[in-house]
Amino acid sequence: MHPAFSVIFLTTLIGVGQGLFLALVTGESYAAVNLLPQQSSREFYAVGALLAMLFLIGGLIASIFHLGHPERGWRAATRWRTSWLSREVIVLPLMMGLVFLYGVVHFFDWHPDLFGVGTRNQLTLVIGAIGTVVAFALFVSTGMVYASIKFLQEWASPLTVVNYILLGGASGFTFATAFVAYNAPDLVTFYGTWAIIITFAALVGRVGSLFRNARIKRHSNIQSAIGVRHPRIQQKAMGFMGGSYNTREYHHGKGISALKSVRWTFLILTFVVPLLLLWIGIAGNGTILLAAFGVQYVGLLFERWFFLAQANHPQNLYYQTI
Amino acid sequence: MQEPTKGAAAGRIEVKNTTCYMCACRCGIRVTVRDGEVRYIQGNPEHPLNKGVICAKGASGIMKQYSPARLTRPLRRKPGSERGDAEFEPISWDEAFATLEERLGNIRATDPKKFALFTGRDQMQALTGLFAKQFGTPNYAAHGGFCSVNMAAGMIYTIGGSFWEFGGPDLDRAKLFVMIGTAEDHHSNPMKIAISQFKRNGGRFISINPVRTGYSAIADEWIPIKPGTDAALLLALIHEIIKQGLYDRDFLVQYSNAAELVNLDPASSEYGMFVRFEVPPEEGCFDPQNKLWWDRDLDRPISTHTPGADPRLLGEFNLSDGTPVKPSFQLLKERVEQYTPEWAANITGIPAETIRRLAYEMGITARDEKIELPISWTDVWGNEHQTVTGNPVAFHAMRGLAAHSNGFHSIRAMSILMSILGTIDRPGGFRHKAPFPRPIPPCPKTPKGPEDVQPNTPLNGMPLGWPADPDDLFVDEKGNPVRIDKGFSWEYPLSVHGLMHNAITNAWRQDPYPIDTLFIFMANMAWNSTMNTEQVRKMLNDKDENGEYKIPFIVVADAFQSEMVAYGDLILPDTTYLERHDVMSMLDRPISEFDGPVDSVRIPVVPPTGDCKPFQEVLIELGSRLKLPAFVTEEGKRKFRNYPDFIVNFETAPGSGIGFLGGWRGKGGEKQMKGEPNPNQWEMYAKNNCVFHYEMPKSYQYMRNWNLGYLRWAQSHGMTRYAEPINIHIYSEVLQKFRLAAQGKTHGRQPPAHLKKRIETFFDPLPFYFEPLEAQLTDKHRYPLNAITQRPMAMYHSWDSQNAWLRQIHTYNHIYVHPRVGAAQGFADGDWVWVESQWGKVRALCKYSEAVEPGTVWTWNAIGKAAGAWNLEPNANESRQGFLLNHVISEELPPHDAGEHVSNSDPVTGQAAWYDVRVRIYKANPEEEKMTWPQFKPMKPAPGTPKRRGWQAFFAGKFLKQG
Amino acid sequence: MTQLALVIDLNVCVGCHACVTSCKEWNTSGQAGPMFDDNPYGQDPTGTFFNRVQTYEIGEFPNTETVHFPKSCLHCEDAPCVPVCPTGASFKRTEDGIVLVDYDKCIGCKYCSWACPYGAREFDEQQKVMKKCTLCVDRIYDQSLPPAERRPACVMSCPTSARLFGDVHDPDSEVSIAIRERGGYQLMPEWGTKPANHYLPRRKTRKVIHEDELVRSDNPLRKEEIESEHSRAPTLDDWLM
Ligand SMILES: Nc1nc2c(c(=O)[nH]1)N[C@H]1C(S)=C(S)[C@@H](COP(=O)(O)OP(=O)(O)OC[C@H]3O[C@@H](n4cnc5c(=O)[nH]c(N)nc54)[C@H](O)[C@@H]3O)O[C@H]1N2
Ligand SMILES: Nc1nc2c(c(=O)[nH]1)N[C@H]1C(S)=C(S)[C@@H](COP(=O)(O)OP(=O)(O)OC[C@H]3O[C@@H](n4cnc5c(=O)[nH]c(N)nc54)[C@H](O)[C@@H]3O)O[C@H]1N2
Ligand code: SF4
Ligand code: SF4
Ligand code: SF4
Ligand code: SF4
Ligand code: SF4
Ligand SMILES: [Mo]
Repeated sequence: MHPAFSVIFLTTLIGVGQGLFLALVTGESYAAVNLLPQQSSREFYAVGALLAMLFLIGGLIASIFHLGHPERGWRAATRWRTSWLSREVIVLPLMMGLVFLYGVVHFFDWHPDLFGVGTRNQLTLVIGAIGTVVAFALFVSTGMVYASIKFLQEWASPLTVVNYILLGGASGFTFATAFVAYNAPDLVTFYGTWAIIITFAALVGRVGSLFRNARIKRHSNIQSAIGVRHPRIQQKAMGFMGGSYNTREYHHGKGISALKSVRWTFLILTFVVPLLLLWIGIAGNGTILLAAFGVQYVGLLFERWFFLAQANHPQNLYYQTI
Repeated sequence: MQEPTKGAAAGRIEVKNTTCYMCACRCGIRVTVRDGEVRYIQGNPEHPLNKGVICAKGASGIMKQYSPARLTRPLRRKPGSERGDAEFEPISWDEAFATLEERLGNIRATDPKKFALFTGRDQMQALTGLFAKQFGTPNYAAHGGFCSVNMAAGMIYTIGGSFWEFGGPDLDRAKLFVMIGTAEDHHSNPMKIAISQFKRNGGRFISINPVRTGYSAIADEWIPIKPGTDAALLLALIHEIIKQGLYDRDFLVQYSNAAELVNLDPASSEYGMFVRFEVPPEEGCFDPQNKLWWDRDLDRPISTHTPGADPRLLGEFNLSDGTPVKPSFQLLKERVEQYTPEWAANITGIPAETIRRLAYEMGITARDEKIELPISWTDVWGNEHQTVTGNPVAFHAMRGLAAHSNGFHSIRAMSILMSILGTIDRPGGFRHKAPFPRPIPPCPKTPKGPEDVQPNTPLNGMPLGWPADPDDLFVDEKGNPVRIDKGFSWEYPLSVHGLMHNAITNAWRQDPYPIDTLFIFMANMAWNSTMNTEQVRKMLNDKDENGEYKIPFIVVADAFQSEMVAYGDLILPDTTYLERHDVMSMLDRPISEFDGPVDSVRIPVVPPTGDCKPFQEVLIELGSRLKLPAFVTEEGKRKFRNYPDFIVNFETAPGSGIGFLGGWRGKGGEKQMKGEPNPNQWEMYAKNNCVFHYEMPKSYQYMRNWNLGYLRWAQSHGMTRYAEPINIHIYSEVLQKFRLAAQGKTHGRQPPAHLKKRIETFFDPLPFYFEPLEAQLTDKHRYPLNAITQRPMAMYHSWDSQNAWLRQIHTYNHIYVHPRVGAAQGFADGDWVWVESQWGKVRALCKYSEAVEPGTVWTWNAIGKAAGAWNLEPNANESRQGFLLNHVISEELPPHDAGEHVSNSDPVTGQAAWYDVRVRIYKANPEEEKMTWPQFKPMKPAPGTPKRRGWQAFFAGKFLKQG
Repeated sequence: MTQLALVIDLNVCVGCHACVTSCKEWNTSGQAGPMFDDNPYGQDPTGTFFNRVQTYEIGEFPNTETVHFPKSCLHCEDAPCVPVCPTGASFKRTEDGIVLVDYDKCIGCKYCSWACPYGAREFDEQQKVMKKCTLCVDRIYDQSLPPAERRPACVMSCPTSARLFGDVHDPDSEVSIAIRERGGYQLMPEWGTKPANHYLPRRKTRKVIHEDELVRSDNPLRKEEIESEHSRAPTLDDWLM
């Protein structure tokens, strides 16, 4: 496929947003059972939610660039029964709403005793729990947008969804680690550890999908595409010579070596370097942790480019003569 | 989209019929116009030719109509600018006409041959030819000479009709169809309709072609042949068919000269001629029936077609006076003895078993799957036949045979093969289209010498004709050519369509004389219809030592900004086919069907754009201003208001009743083919789908060479002068007459000494195989490959790169090579390579193909363009990646015995030998520019060409308004 | 239930592209138009076409087959492009199975085209909506056209009548009969999309020659044999009674 930058930014940015939100809720849950010190609603959670919100909004803006007719974007919410894209379109604003609500409640430090148990943060924990479900739903929707296209064999795997969750989670937790380094240094170890664990898990998941994809057996071939049984079939003309939508949208236009170097780049930038930096920075160095996130995010841009580019669309069987 | 059946945009809708001219096929089209813009062009279902279908080009007519390459104003080359720079200033039609009137008037009053009119792929030779004749210049020709004159001449001199626009395969009834060297051809849609029906009906289709694309793709069997070797294959097939006795003896005896006795007395001046027993009472262009057979039963000579006679086809005999004679079939048999399948296999690359099998398939199908149609007819000898017999083997061939210097004899061989199989004008075989068959050779003759060209006088003869013997040549007393293209001279005696491809070079070299005005209509002679393109472009702009142009004045009448336009001093903008009246005339090349004559017209569907003027009107205007007799009254007044008026009222001779159109003649439109002018003729065509189709009775539809009913009908309708049999010339006396002259055995004209050998060799009365002339004069180790071009179905010559839709299909062209060639030369699929001949080289992109004979390389014709031509952007792919093969093809052969400047053409007909060129291919240096070469200075858009849009979204009725 | 479709006969398709440009010509000024052309007179011209004809070479010289292969939307019965559309702009008509795009609803997200394994959809870069073959829905029901012309533009244009049009669910239709009798097949059946369009394969007609067909009593060569004179040498005729 030809990776569209709008899609790359959309999925990576909302991934960070969702991950960050999950990190906040995780921290808050731990704090609720006193496994972590309680943080200030306004300075910590509200600011954290705001940052998560910014990532989500960034993603939303990126997505607009993908649409031919953003003004009709609302229509995309109508086919949730069949379309994962529609589901994503519904869940994303829901997610944003919840993050917003979560942030607002924290901002106003509104902590009613909902369940009569006397602890703080009951409402935000409820919102957080719902938000967590929605965040996972959003990860699943986003992942399924790709995984549900069965003949895009690189994508059509549960690993796609798992990776969206883990990569979003990793980037969110890495960002959270950097965030707490400035805002709540006593949480750095907690977040840093989680960030390392999730990044590592994401590495395993992603490498797993790379292995899987390297071994894909294609269901379609030129023989089934044109219905002629012969081992030697070569396309001589596509029917046009100056390119078409089909040659632009479905092929990254780069050579195999470029693809390989992107793969190494993203493996190093998304996983290896951040893991190192997290390990070093976990001592509390905010700059290093921020760098860890920065590097990881750039790595994710490469990862997403690669993810999109690597998918080999069967339609390309009909458009070989590029 | 939810309510799709609601009309998209209502608008004012008009539907009009006319005739397509996106190519020479001339299908009937129905044009829907919405709010004045063309909305839809579809095939007219009621048209006999295309029956409702259309092709890629026809359906893209809209993009031609609104193309930015259109010329819309008369232009004059800017003073001081060079030819080729395309610097123009607009002028008025008045100025244009005044310029022409003065210049041409002077030429006509002094030396009319200094005016040369050459027209390209047009369909109005009847009018342009008339103009030239009336003007008095011998220097007129259309595209035939560089196109396929070999096909016309080879077949017409053998069977009185031909493929091309004059006849074709009857695929309705055929069982075996053999297509040779055809990519697309003129009968584009009808051929496709017919082939698919033929295949669906279970017919077997064999294609003989070095390349497998297009039609060949759907052939049941593809026989890859080495270019230029078809004569070897065809002669081997004849060899095998005669050897096995698979020929149609009765057909040959009755309808050909196979059984006629040839004088073989070497001492006689009649050597090689048929023995005649009396002098014919009347001379005319027909074969008198005064020849002899050798009767089997009586074992003595007998006059041909004596009732009850059964002549021998084989054997050798002596006449009572001792003259040794043989039936011409015996001579054919002796000729092909050497041409065994094994011999041919070496030359053609086709295995001998395949050749044998082919011969058997042809022979057995013809013999055992005979068709008898219950149609009674009478032959010219008075025999009544209750049925028409068909031997259902059909052939079709075109430029793969024609465009070689040995094409004439290859085509003779094919015609003879078709004849010995008994397939001429019979069901399932070859069938004529009116006005064919015609006598062998047809009657029209050119003038015979310089005295026939006189100031202020029409030419004494036709500008093009059909020589029957050396006395019909158009040469001076020394035997030198009178025409600028040297047509009808000893160099190319049967150049019945002229040699347009040598006109510019000869005019530039002032050989045989300088001319003044070169008038080019609808031909892109600065590009694809010229060989040696780069040099010819220089010649067009070349000056003598006084700084005067070697070709002083060039007029170009074109509809688009072609490469040729850049070289004009005066440019006359023509209309498109949707904007003008036009006729597909019986006097030219009508669109007849097997069942009878068909002609058709164009009637404008939209008004002319800008100042465009139909070229037909230009000729009528010029003819009237120059007072050419056909265009003015005796008092010298203009005779015709305009072109439609001319078409209605012009008669070939006063009161002849024969005019350009055959339909609805007579005062009230009640007559066909012949009759007084009908003032409402156009309306009647308009009401009848713009087409006149005269379906003859079934009994006139077959065996027309010998069909008394048909011949009398044709005679009474002015299509032929003689109702005499047109016997097939298995053995060609016409050729023998030239050979005798070369041998000094006749009293008439003799060829100049240096051409004697050439004439003697190539005017062989029986077909023979020789290697194409250029190959004979080439170092084949250095240039091992044959390079050829093919017609793409979705492009017409050079016209269609200005068409936004078609150019997306063919944006540039590759040189297709077999992977073996690349492997040997160290280049890969997709590399830039040099294609080099002994004449020059071009840089091209290569593409590997398994569908090409490995000794052959090929490309789509005329896709490559000069930068900026056709109002394309200078960086358009056509001029960057696309290339023109013509750069490596020469218009002249290397100097040899026959002369220093002999045309690269068939020595018999002057047919341009496009497909003879030999090349080598090697990888371009990786440091070289990734671009074709040669490159030319980009042409600028001419004043008046429409805006070139950066993008467009065509929607009829809104397009031009949106600006 | 009706399922309209095209059946394309590769046995007779000569790759002429008539179906390509006649489709463009009809549709650009029709309901589905206009159809954009970018850089129409410059470098790398490109544009929206609903139908393309491709060329394939099969096998090696001299046993090469050249196949011309037209392809437009196959109007899949189980069209994967439809359910993925988030707006419902892509839809399959229940009444005749035609898959269409409602330009007014389309947001141009391109997702449907990702979900088409055949590369049959084309994005109009100017209108920013997804486009594709409509099966000429604005012709085939147009009561103002004569019945014989209520057929897709590409079908009407095709000189070899390689394009058949009809209801593949009606067993007696021309298309169903052709599929049945001439080995009609679907593209990429492995995805279960059940394309409604079918293709008919190449077929070969061969001629079998029996050796005895070369030997015939009426061989014309016999007529040319010079009959031998009476034999003067002794024969059994002189001896036997
Ligand atoms: N679409 C379209 N139609 C056209 C035209 C066009 O430009 N475009 N041009 C029109 C004109 S002017 C003409 S003259 C006709 C020409 O019609 P065609 O004769 O069909 O045209 P060519 O493309 O010259 O085809 C020549 C074929 O002969 C093959 N060939 C070359 N050399 C040999 C050989 O030595 N032996 C054999 N057996 N085959 C050989 C080539 O591979 C090619 O397939 O087409 C007319 N129709
Ligand atoms: N290498 C190679 N060269 C070849 C051939 C080949 O096979 N190989 N084929 C040869 C053959 S067979 C032929 S017939 C020639 C054809 O060669 P040409 O006769 O030169 O044909 P075109 O290139 O079509 O150029 C015709 C001119 O007519 C113009 N034109 C188009 N429509 C109109 C109109 O309505 N009115 C006017 N006034 N002008 C119009 C076009 O703009 C163009 O400039 O090419 C020959 N050249
Ligand atoms: S074959 Fe020629 S005349 Fe017929 S529709 Fe096509 S372009 Fe027009
Ligand atoms: S119009 Fe017919 S023959 Fe031509 S490419 Fe299309 S399907 Fe094939
Ligand atoms: S071919 Fe593609 S666009 Fe057409 S219905 Fe099938 S999946 Fe959808
Ligand atoms: S591009 Fe249009 S039709 Fe396709 S999925 Fe998006 S909204 Fe639906
Ligand atoms: S059915 Fe209509 S829209 Fe579809 S390819 Fe044919 S002409 Fe184009
Ligand atoms: Mo031609």
